[in-house]
Amino acid sequence: MNRLLTDTGVVFGRSARQTLRSKTALTFGMLQPLLFLALMGPLLARVDLRTGGTSWQAFVPGLLVQLSLLGGMFVGLGILVERQVGVIDRMRATPLHPAAPLLGRALRDVVQLVVQAALLVLLGVAFGLRAPIAGVLLGFVFVGLLSAALALLSYGLAMNVRTAPEFAAIANTAVLPLMLLAGLLLPMTLAPGWLDAASRAVPFRYTVDAVRHLYLGEYTDGTVLTGLAVTAGLTVIGLLGGLALFRRSGHTP
Amino acid sequence: MTPPVLDVQGLRRTFRLRSGTVHAVRGIDLTAGRGEILGVLGPNGAGKTTTVRMLATLLPPSGGRAVVAGRDLLADPAGVRARIGYVAQSGGLDPNCPVGEELVTQGRMHRLPRAEARARAAELAADLRLDDLLDRPTAALSGGQRRRLEIALGLVNRPEVLFLDEPTTGLDPGSRADLWDLVRRVRRDHGTTVLLTTHYLDEADALADRLVVVDAGAVVAEGTPAELKDRHGAATLQDAFLAITGRASDAPATV
Ligand SMILES: Nc1ncnc2c1ncn2[C@@H]1O[C@H](COP(=O)(O)OP(=O)(O)OP(=O)(O)O)[C@@H](O)[C@H]1O
Ligand SMILES: [Mg+2]
Repeated sequence: MNRLLTDTGVVFGRSARQTLRSKTALTFGMLQPLLFLALMGPLLARVDLRTGGTSWQAFVPGLLVQLSLLGGMFVGLGILVERQVGVIDRMRATPLHPAAPLLGRALRDVVQLVVQAALLVLLGVAFGLRAPIAGVLLGFVFVGLLSAALALLSYGLAMNVRTAPEFAAIANTAVLPLMLLAGLLLPMTLAPGWLDAASRAVPFRYTVDAVRHLYLGEYTDGTVLTGLAVTAGLTVIGLLGGLALFRRSGHTP
Repeated sequence: MTPPVLDVQGLRRTFRLRSGTVHAVRGIDLTAGRGEILGVLGPNGAGKTTTVRMLATLLPPSGGRAVVAGRDLLADPAGVRARIGYVAQSGGLDPNCPVGEELVTQGRMHRLPRAEARARAAELAADLRLDDLLDRPTAALSGGQRRRLEIALGLVNRPEVLFLDEPTTGLDPGSRADLWDLVRRVRRDHGTTVLLTTHYLDEADALADRLVVVDAGAVVAEGTPAELKDRHGAATLQDAFLAITGRASDAPATV
């Protein structure tokens, strides 16, 4: 256990330095949610999204989940490249704990996405967001859990596909319907009945609804608890699935 | 006689593809003692890389047994990993990572404490003439410099067995000679057993104590370079190799 923690720390450090070196990755990951914030947020400022509270209190949580979704889902591309140039093999031929290359990278992603989420919230405040501080902080827990789940699965998938285009095709196909159905940009409170029902099949729906409630200062209602249960459940699935997929890739050439 | 550091018996590996089954390695036996340099020769696709990857714990064998650095490959892969260095046929470097950082991180992956990992990195950098390159990203290295770094990474844990898969492919004659010296020095100073694959017969002749020739996934000849030449009445290892792999009759003996 101790070994696993130390080894995960080693891989985390290595991955974090990689991230800090590539300034482009950092800015590009942030760019999309920032553009939405700056160019779409103001459009909604006087629209009633029927979530209670201001439109910013509904819109910013959606952008946070979107950041986590887009940021988490595509991290696999990085490990795919490392796998192809032999870095993963080099790691696997050392006594490093077999799960550490996965966990260390995913931890880096969680830290990166939570930091980016914090920046996004600060900018939101500049635009006019007002929300209770406790709710905002709890919101980051959801962002962290969701990012972990997606990053772990993304790495697991990337280790088991042959090429980067194959991976991108799968991730791209998955991401758009999930994003739209979860009601990230516009909440499902505006949706007709059938769409609202369909969206309940998408787990991120519960995450974003919970964060919206947190931003309204409602900490203990059913929506928040359901959202926490679903998001934490996703993290567990991501962990088990990611580990299984990562282990599997060690047995296949 | 001391027990062999490397003892491979009946190692096999098949790959299942949609187009059929590839018998990449069909039952290979190898042994090497402490401090021995074992050269593995064989034409493209003979199964050299597949064998090395299995022995480095990166690919599960379809059958057979192996003891590597005194540890059972299948029962104790972690024990094997702690005692080997593996330098792949190509790559293994993060293009944007500075040389010094790659070396230190490799030490950390071998569970050296931070200070020790730094000291070991500095020692290897001095030893392999990388000390002027420590801040350079690995993508900015020349082929020879890159190879030296990859080998340095393989030496971080002072391995008992070092696997070098075509270490001198693409190097100029000077760099190749450098690398031969390095391999000899590692063996002399640390008693490291070295298994290296190569397509260069002069390299095999000059560097290896013993040679194994594989073809189509099986060992087809084994012996010291002198023995192989004698056995086939060949003046050069090149002639012996062509005779062994059955390509002597119509192929001219020069390249
Ligand atoms: N992942 C894989 N899937 C399917 N077949 C494979 C795989 N890896 C290797 N092979 C096949 O196994 C055989 C042996 O390949 P290997 O790479 O071990 O040869 P090699 O002796 O290292 O050749 P070279 O001198 O060209 O490096 C080849 O026929 C190769 O096509
Ligand atoms: Mg090869």
